[in-house]
Amino acid sequence: MDVLLWGVLPYLVLATLVLGTIWRYRYDKFGWTTRSSQLYESRLLRIGSPLFHFGILMVFIGHVGGLVIPEDWTEKVGISESIYHFNALLFGGIAGVCTLVGILILVVRRRRTGPVFMATTTNDKVMYVLLVGAITLGLWTTLVSVGAGQEAHNYRETVSPWFRSLFTLQPDVEAMAAAPVQFHIHVLVALLLFAAWPFTRLVHAFTAPVHYLFRPYIVYRSRDARTPAPTGRPRPGWSPVGTTDRDRSNR
Amino acid sequence: MRVMAQMGMVMNLDKCIGCHTCSVTCKQAWTNRAGTEYVWFNNVETRPGQGYPRRYEDQEQWQGGWEINKRGRLQLKTGGRFKRLLSIFASPVQPELKDYYEPWTYDYKTLIEAPLGDDFPVARPKSLITGEDTKITWSANWDDNLGGASEMGHLDPIVQRIRKESEDKIKFEFEQTFMFYLPRICEHCLNPSCMASCPSGAIYKREEDGIVLVDQDRCRGWRQCITGCPYKKVYFNHKSGKAEKCTFCYPRIEVGIPTVCAETCVGRLRYLGLFLYDADAVTAAASVPDEKDLYEAQMDLLLDPEDPAVIAAAREQGIAEDWLEAARRSPVYALAKRYRVALPLHPEYRTMPMVWYVPPLSPVVDLLSEQGHDAEDRDVLFGAIDALRIPVEYLAELFTAGDTEVVDGVLRKLAAMRAYMRGVNLGRDPDGSIPEAVGMTEESMYEMYRLMAIAKYDERYVIPKAHVEQAHELEEIGCSLDFEDGPGMYDSGPFGEASGRPVPVAVENFHALKQRQTTDRPAGDEELRGRVNLLNWDGNGTPAGLFPEKRQEPTA
Repeated sequence: MDVLLWGVLPYLVLATLVLGTIWRYRYDKFGWTTRSSQLYESRLLRIGSPLFHFGILMVFIGHVGGLVIPEDWTEKVGISESIYHFNALLFGGIAGVCTLVGILILVVRRRRTGPVFMATTTNDKVMYVLLVGAITLGLWTTLVSVGAGQEAHNYRETVSPWFRSLFTLQPDVEAMAAAPVQFHIHVLVALLLFAAWPFTRLVHAFTAPVHYLFRPYIVYRSRDARTPAPTGRPRPGWSPVGTTDRDRSNR
Repeated sequence: MRVMAQMGMVMNLDKCIGCHTCSVTCKQAWTNRAGTEYVWFNNVETRPGQGYPRRYEDQEQWQGGWEINKRGRLQLKTGGRFKRLLSIFASPVQPELKDYYEPWTYDYKTLIEAPLGDDFPVARPKSLITGEDTKITWSANWDDNLGGASEMGHLDPIVQRIRKESEDKIKFEFEQTFMFYLPRICEHCLNPSCMASCPSGAIYKREEDGIVLVDQDRCRGWRQCITGCPYKKVYFNHKSGKAEKCTFCYPRIEVGIPTVCAETCVGRLRYLGLFLYDADAVTAAASVPDEKDLYEAQMDLLLDPEDPAVIAAAREQGIAEDWLEAARRSPVYALAKRYRVALPLHPEYRTMPMVWYVPPLSPVVDLLSEQGHDAEDRDVLFGAIDALRIPVEYLAELFTAGDTEVVDGVLRKLAAMRAYMRGVNLGRDPDGSIPEAVGMTEESMYEMYRLMAIAKYDERYVIPKAHVEQAHELEEIGCSLDFEDGPGMYDSGPFGEASGRPVPVAVENFHALKQRQTTDRPAGDEELRGRVNLLNWDGNGTPAGLFPEKRQEPTA
């Protein structure tokens, strides 16, 4: 069982993530968007969205720090485990709470604002469950660690070596298996989220527009050489006004 | 000098009767789709009026366009790149649907399906966003023909500015008011701020003809362009989650036919043609410190297509001879630079817009004839232009960043043209002093008159086709089978409404349309394969496939 969960599953997820993303990029560039709903409602979005996004960026940086950098490296530069742990809990906790509050605002907004809820697909709903689940469980591990005080589990001796070992293709299954159960669940939900990632709107994160900082303001491009052949059927983006999902009597 | 070609448009506002035909045909051609119900790539506004979206010209609120920053450099009004990236998660000043209007339809079904009763059934308005009953409170031209102007006229940002700057009051009392129509499309700017604000770099300017387009496959829906455009002519498709904008009907332009709005214009007030401009000088021109110099700076960008140096430089850039010829015949160059009667809309946004307007003389003329004056007498007209400061100031706020002198000059030219041509038409000796008074010769005044009054289709629309060597690239490539049964065939893909097979901004271009109309079988319909398309049947004889094949009667 441990081998399956911590030795096989991560690779399946990784393969789904990479291949799924490539496939989506090739097949569905037109659907590759944030699918913003700001046009419908922007008061709550203006609070919730930055809170969530900046929070999740901090959480991401924290995870990279905790998982990728080995413990003895930080110790060599004179950061003891207890100092590291205290900082991780403090900043990780703040970032996590921001993220959670942010996404809760967004979910409530999504449910309560009519047009926004109507624009929410099943796909979105599943994605929200996974996302909120991963965030909540992550905060739970933090909370358990805070509760345990000095006895808190040092995930940098279990989860982190396992994570790094994945990339050397020799997964350290035992290390991960030794971690407490809350870490197990958090990691599993996160793996599910990553597997679903390429098939949800979350893909927009992969095209974060960092190159905006460097590109020239004015973009010149030559005329597109190809034009699509006519199909006789409506193409995406050309569905008629008042489509079925807007017509209540047909639902 | 880097010479580039730019398709441009001039609209003669004197001729606009506000019939909205351009808007309607444009909407039918481009935005009659789910997600773009509220979108009008072309709209006609009554001025004074709030415009669409409401008060879009108030850049203190909407933060569109460019400004000169503290260091004297050109910068987007919303700030530098880094600041803008940080605000990406919630666009700070994006107009909401209520700033445009909530699109609606009517519940027509109840008209025919309501049960018998004492009351007549009513088709109630239904929101196209929520599907619920809705109350119609605003639309894209709610204040058409000054509707509600006595109540809301002061909300026009330009009226506000004029009132602040001078003691003059724009009157909205019936006898004292003035109005004209302003049709608007995307300006296809030389220095577009929508493009500069796009984080993904999805908005681009075509090298060949300067048309500004959104690459639908690259747009990620960050919606910064909507804030960036000061004319609010980039729209968010709320179903596909992508930005969309006026395409200058590029599929039509490529094959040499005018845009839909120009083609269907009842007043024939639109002119289409080429500008040649110096692409290297654009940023410097947009950076001149004084807003009132922007009009002249923009004029300096436009190169004289007769100038041998310009022609040589254009050839060096690979601009084809037929394009250079078209640039020489260009009606838009003639109106904008040769005669200097067409003005850019809001040059103070520093985007170097390429849709130009001949300001209307009619408010002045109308008033004069109502007062019993001879509205085509030069002295009367000239005097009236001076006396009617308010319309002139209003026009100056629209077209010259408030510089009334330029507008004054244009109106005088138009007035002179009327007075001069009246003399000619009445068989009097042409009065050479009239053109002279506005700095024109008799010949150029007559040419201007021809272009503005009687220019035929071929003179109003001088559109060089996409270049011959590339023509095969515009032909259809691929066959309809490529598209059949693909996962993108459905309205809604597995990843939400917008997903599916990649399709660039797509209407059939002219070739595709031709192909479909001349092919003898409709794409993908097995039933009809081998049948004659009646639209192409010449009426001679009965070719095979004219009638459906007889079905085999099942034998019992």
